[in-house]
Amino acid sequence: MVDLSINFAGIRSPNPFWLASAPPSNSGLQVHRAFEAGWGGAVWKTIGAPVLNVSNRYGAWHFGGQKMLAINNVELISDRPLEVNLREIREVKRAWPDRAVIVSAMVESKPETWHDIIRRIQDTGADGIELNYGCPHGMSERGMGSAVGQVPEYCEQITRWVMEVAKIPVIVKLTPNISDIVMPARAAVAAGASAISLINTLNSIIGVDLDTLEITPNIGGKGGHGGYAGPAVKPIALNMLAAVGRDPVVGGSKMPISGMGGISDWRDAAQFLLLGASSLQVCTAVMHYGFRIVEDLCDGLSNWMDEKGFARIPDVVGQSLHRVSDFSNFDLSFRAIARIDQKKCIRCNLCYVACNDTAHQCIDLIAKDGTVVRPYSYDVRASGKEDAIRTRPSVQVREEDCVGCRLCYNVCPVEECIQMIEEPSGRPPTTWREISDSQREVTENWEKMKQYRAKMGIHIH
Amino acid sequence: MAEISHDLADTNGLSELLPPLTGNEAGLEAARCLMCYDAPCTHACPTHIDIPKFIKKISSHNLRGSARTILESNLLGATCARVCPVQELCEGACVLGADHKPIAIGRLQRYAMDFAYAQGLPSFQLAKATGKKVAVIGAGPAGLSCSGELAKRGHSVTLFEKRDLAGGLSTYGIIGLREPIDVALAEVAMLSKLGIKIETRKELGTDFNLPDLHAKFDAVFLSVGLGATTTLGIPGEEQILDGLGYIEESKLDAHNLVIGGNVAVIGAGNTAIDCATIAKRLGASQVTMVYRRSEKEMTAYAHEYDFIKREGVRLLFLTQPVRVHAENGTVKSLECLRMSLGVLDASGRPSPQPVPGSNFLLPVDQIVKATGQEKPRLASLLKLKTDKGFIQVSEEFETSSPGVYAGGDCIRAHGAASTVMAVQDGKLAARSIHERLVAHG
Repeated sequence: MVDLSINFAGIRSPNPFWLASAPPSNSGLQVHRAFEAGWGGAVWKTIGAPVLNVSNRYGAWHFGGQKMLAINNVELISDRPLEVNLREIREVKRAWPDRAVIVSAMVESKPETWHDIIRRIQDTGADGIELNYGCPHGMSERGMGSAVGQVPEYCEQITRWVMEVAKIPVIVKLTPNISDIVMPARAAVAAGASAISLINTLNSIIGVDLDTLEITPNIGGKGGHGGYAGPAVKPIALNMLAAVGRDPVVGGSKMPISGMGGISDWRDAAQFLLLGASSLQVCTAVMHYGFRIVEDLCDGLSNWMDEKGFARIPDVVGQSLHRVSDFSNFDLSFRAIARIDQKKCIRCNLCYVACNDTAHQCIDLIAKDGTVVRPYSYDVRASGKEDAIRTRPSVQVREEDCVGCRLCYNVCPVEECIQMIEEPSGRPPTTWREISDSQREVTENWEKMKQYRAKMGIHIH
Repeated sequence: MAEISHDLADTNGLSELLPPLTGNEAGLEAARCLMCYDAPCTHACPTHIDIPKFIKKISSHNLRGSARTILESNLLGATCARVCPVQELCEGACVLGADHKPIAIGRLQRYAMDFAYAQGLPSFQLAKATGKKVAVIGAGPAGLSCSGELAKRGHSVTLFEKRDLAGGLSTYGIIGLREPIDVALAEVAMLSKLGIKIETRKELGTDFNLPDLHAKFDAVFLSVGLGATTTLGIPGEEQILDGLGYIEESKLDAHNLVIGGNVAVIGAGNTAIDCATIAKRLGASQVTMVYRRSEKEMTAYAHEYDFIKREGVRLLFLTQPVRVHAENGTVKSLECLRMSLGVLDASGRPSPQPVPGSNFLLPVDQIVKATGQEKPRLASLLKLKTDKGFIQVSEEFETSSPGVYAGGDCIRAHGAASTVMAVQDGKLAARSIHERLVAHG
């Protein structure tokens, strides 16, 4: 039996899944229901400075029949009175002692206001505090949210103020709207924070209405950038998670990281764990389908861990992090080629057109008699399913010309039809770093590069 | 124009069977299309509509472009979306068919065409007038397609139709639950906007002759279809209703169509199935299809056969009608013989042999025959070479008479006759005629 419980910087939770600080955790009623559904914790929607909200807060990007591949929002922090939020936080925590209740906060950048809000949160009995340095819209115009997160010095300063009075774990939430997320993460370490969480939402404009030419969503004739989240941002979040985890200062500090950004199912969750997150936050998927999704998040993760022989969450955390590296460390002699399983191939020719138009022209259409044929080579008088199916050529990779770019693998709609087969290149493993260290001229001079390729037997078509 | 009574057809169970896709349904179905390259559906379509292209245009909400894509390959896209045996053509070739469900290509095509007919059809760039004149005989799918393609190339086209309405079998012969008559007539109207002169109630051989056409036109295209339903040659045959007439009345004059209580339909092709459907849906308590061969040899498409079984129609195989019994002009029964299958006949199917003494009476009060149509009568009238009774044409669709081309059911000596094949004939013949007219300066 897998143990999904976590102890994140001292915050205990029966499973690693927390509601992210967002509309789903806006009230006691909602968090109560989420806990009933099985969520391990909730980061309360940010409380702090007074705000007013607008209508048409959420925009969404739908793609290929899939609704809400991403969402963006211009909703601000909680617009419910501070006292109401604090009272409900206290009630929820009292009702759910085994769950993690973390309170997100954002106030004006003054030590006294931060001291005040931290003390008031601690009074509720909450398990932890998350500092919202991430909101990219609205609050940032008032010098809060990402306006703090984008300046490592501000992050450090405010975190220091918080740590002066904090008695419970403090998580610094980072904005991805920055050229190097490692810098504010280091600031959090320097200020003595208990943990970091990432990513907050990305700046985005979701679209323009082609009927009215208004910005989507339209807010009284105007629109603007809002925080972008959902499945589409997951790869960005994973990269930032790995970047922070690999950093000698942040990773070296062993500071726990709460991961979020597009987690939709347990497979996403497992990937965040493998890249170093030790608690997981979810928002968009909940906004799409409701609290009930936590059941499969736990069930799927648990089954996968069982199959893989992981007994506890800490056994999974960071297991793939050492594999993340820079291009200069990749083995230039590693060779993979595409191979198409003719039994599984449905002959949609998507690999063919992708390879021929946009990659390396190494997939051929082969007729029944073995000859290479051109597409659209049937007679205009031909028709009928029998003729179309019987005469349809097969797609075959010319392996000697395949560079292993993996585009065909990615476009193939059939599971396990195209496989990337590892083939010995016949060359000893080497990296760009090794070449530039030992034969710098090869990396700087095309003539030397040609000679190197000739010597190594590297032929590029 | 003939008065069309719609009200009954709208309410009597012969209104269009499949509902149109909603925008949401169409969007989801279109998104499912893989967009195959050199797609097999396009290959399988006799008119080679670029199907992934029109489907992706539905996905991108470019319905005008979608409709244009269809019409560029097939001017009768609205009819074909409804009547094509898609299971045998595009959908049958869909790569998703093996493991999943093929894309509903026919219904997506209808979605795009419905949009175009409701919201405005794409305008076609017509070539500069060539001054050449072409006569097209017969305003069915082949004739309409050929006329439209020639008009687009700048030729002056006169389309002669012997009946009251243009559209051929789409207007008269396709059961309303598959294609409402309005769809066929809207297509005719769309084509006439390309500048085609349509002259109805003008029959070749009666109102004018081939020499008249040669005198006035630079080329002729014959799309005359087939003749009347074949004669069975059995006593009492005059009591048997003609299947095509039966369908026609159900579309144009359903009020006056008399439906029996117990109906026998002779034949097991697609027209026979349509007749049985009409009888069943318009009130017959029992409908029996009578076919002298077995289930295996029937010419109806498999999906049509499945359909008629679900309609509750009884099928009697290996049963040959031999005599109609009537009293005072009222049908009482159809006398039949049991058959057994013997050696292969000219059609490559086992020939049915009568079982001596197996006569029995099928008590019915109405009999409809749909046993195939006679070969085109015009072939011999115009002294054209024939192939199995059909007008013989070259690869370029030219008949044995120079400058006279033909296409559609009247040339279908090989393969199954269908609307979409006729459309392609018309299109290819138009190309040949165009080349001839341009070459001859």
